[in-house]
Amino acid sequence: MAESIITDELKSLIGVDGPESEAEVTTTGCRLFARAAGHTDLIFYDEEVAKARGYKSIVAPPGFLGTTVYKPADAERASAPPGGLNIPYKRILNGGTTYEYYDSIVAGDVITSSSHITEFQEREGSVGPMLITWRETTFRRKSDGKVVAKGSSNMINY
Amino acid sequence: MSEQVFWDDINEGDSLPIISPDCSTQQLVVWAGASGDFYQIHYDIPFAKNTGLDNIIVHGALKQAFLGRLLHDWAAPDGRIEKFGCSYRGMDYPAENMSVSGTVTSKYTEGDRHLVDVEVWTENPDGRKTTPGTARVALPVRS
Repeated sequence: MAESIITDELKSLIGVDGPESEAEVTTTGCRLFARAAGHTDLIFYDEEVAKARGYKSIVAPPGFLGTTVYKPADAERASAPPGGLNIPYKRILNGGTTYEYYDSIVAGDVITSSSHITEFQEREGSVGPMLITWRETTFRRKSDGKVVAKGSSNMINY
Repeated sequence: MSEQVFWDDINEGDSLPIISPDCSTQQLVVWAGASGDFYQIHYDIPFAKNTGLDNIIVHGALKQAFLGRLLHDWAAPDGRIEKFGCSYRGMDYPAENMSVSGTVTSKYTEGDRHLVDVEVWTENPDGRKTTPGTARVALPVRS
């Protein structure tokens, strides 16, 4: 394998939390996400059904952690290089995500999250050399600060 | 959804009921709006081909949401998904017949929680598991 591209600059990013972002869990957001995934359980659509099943409001379907609060300046940020990493590979793929839940997430919750890199891995794949970047994200309910979920994801640059 | 499954009745090796989700282009557009993922490789064929793909592709996170639906429908109303995740190992194209399923790999308790680990996946028409993953689900016990 060629020389490592995991520079000291990259290594220094490990464990450093990025900026906090805020996402709203709305009734409309839950319904749209549930519809997009083909859910039929009414706890994702109907507040009365959700309450009768013991939830405070319409439930966020699995994988839905709110809609990020969008501001026009975000469009510029979205066109910046993914993750802002200084690496020599141009193409990027989402490798996968795992969510672990510690509490239910329901409509009305505001979820704040921040993430940090936990590990870089280099591999020689069928498409050539690649860099796998692992991130952990912590999701907190804004009203009481409770950690409601954690996410672990990896991006592949090649 | 069907009747409640109970931890007591589950055995390692049990299969989850297969679901066949809708992966039409229309469904991908609904997903784009719901998730806020507006990357053009998921709805613009010329754009997708310019990046070297054969066609537009199904969003990875949508496939993960299908796995979430499989697990939820199996465990509901009283079971709970504690953890679920997957790897994106292959492309899926719209309007193909995708199937989504899973198998129980272990059954155990932790404190007063009655848990099962499940292997889950999406499968393309060639029988290839394009989105393999794992989950931990808490199930109710018979009283």
